[in-house]
Amino acid sequence: MTNTLHDYTKEFEDIPGTRVFTTKRARQGYWLNQFCMSLMKPENRKKWLADEQSYIADWKMTAAQKEALLARDYNRLLDLGGNIYYLAKVFSTDGLSFVQAVSTMTGMNVDDYKAMMSAGGRSPDGVRSIKDGK
Amino acid sequence: MAKITAGVATSHVPLIGVGIDQGKQNDPYFKPIFAGYEWTKEWISKPENKPDVVVLIFNDHASAFGQNLIPTFSIGCAEEFAPADEGWGPRLVPNVKNHPDLAWHIAQSLIIDEFDMTIINEMDVDHGLTVPLSAMFGQPDAWPTLVVPIMVNVITYPIPSGDRCFRLGQAIARAVESFPEDLNVQIWGTGGMSHQLQGPRAGLINQEWDQKFLDDLTADPERLRTIPHIEYLRETGSEGIEMVMWLVMLGALDAPKELHRHYHVPASNTALGHIVLENNP
Repeated sequence: MTNTLHDYTKEFEDIPGTRVFTTKRARQGYWLNQFCMSLMKPENRKKWLADEQSYIADWKMTAAQKEALLARDYNRLLDLGGNIYYLAKVFSTDGLSFVQAVSTMTGMNVDDYKAMMSAGGRSPDGVRSIKDGK
Repeated sequence: MAKITAGVATSHVPLIGVGIDQGKQNDPYFKPIFAGYEWTKEWISKPENKPDVVVLIFNDHASAFGQNLIPTFSIGCAEEFAPADEGWGPRLVPNVKNHPDLAWHIAQSLIIDEFDMTIINEMDVDHGLTVPLSAMFGQPDAWPTLVVPIMVNVITYPIPSGDRCFRLGQAIARAVESFPEDLNVQIWGTGGMSHQLQGPRAGLINQEWDQKFLDDLTADPERLRTIPHIEYLRETGSEGIEMVMWLVMLGALDAPKELHRHYHVPASNTALGHIVLENNP
């Protein structure tokens, strides 16, 4: 079972531009993701938007997580254990749609990203595997 | 006796809910999205097709559950469920009413059948559950069917395998068929198809793969059971994994026949898939 589990999770690291939400990331991002959950309440959204620094001061997040959160650096937040469905609470509170927020992670601007989606989306060709380069 | 008469699958893209809630059905972007549901809306409104209960397979998107509780399979047994506040206030849709006797019966039956279900008695439900209802029923004052919600963890890995999901569907069918009340039951699998919402690879769409998946729901279900997680991730994007929930629906059906199919790209960041399958025709 150890080998099987090892192989199972190792493959996840071979997908270009993708962070699979493994137990390792879930543990690393626990408080970051729980912070995001707090934004499901309107009174918390109001407090957060009014003074972001003081709202996160007491959360047990790392300095790096807090910094990335304040910067809305979603790729970094994924690297620090954030999960997109949790982070969605942050960009929804900012009034952003999924398309607007998700495009910020691709290096494209929103209009170019929308145009790519309208043309059928990003092809899997070339982004299936890091080691095989395809 | 309760009987599963049909399986329905659909993506549950939040944007579909936004389009319906804001009356954008005739907007050029939304028109082709909604056109594919017209057939189903008419079909499901006929008395012989109208379900008494829908067993609705969906995933919670960090709404009912945070990281503090991560059940692999769970079932809602409460009387009803209110729409969740996902960050922009709850959707103004009716509460979802359960058939608690059937839900508790399914829960017991599944546990005896060796599926360790988590039983939920308090839960708000997010777009994963309400968007499919809106897509099929529009904007009624009350949903015209009762709903037994069954949730699958597809967020925190490891998630259940496609084959395990298929076998859960088989067990749900056994549970429904052993319920003594005469009920027309449908099983809905929601979520999917190809999409990736995160990272530099966001926006991935694989139409060829999706169409083959839709074909094989009737042509080769056995192939679908064996698709490993890594293939979903590589070929359909990180969130395409939601298609394992369609396999719960598929497992509950016997020799399904395709009645209707809808596929469109894009709806927001995702390919949109929808299919209606008649059970045991």
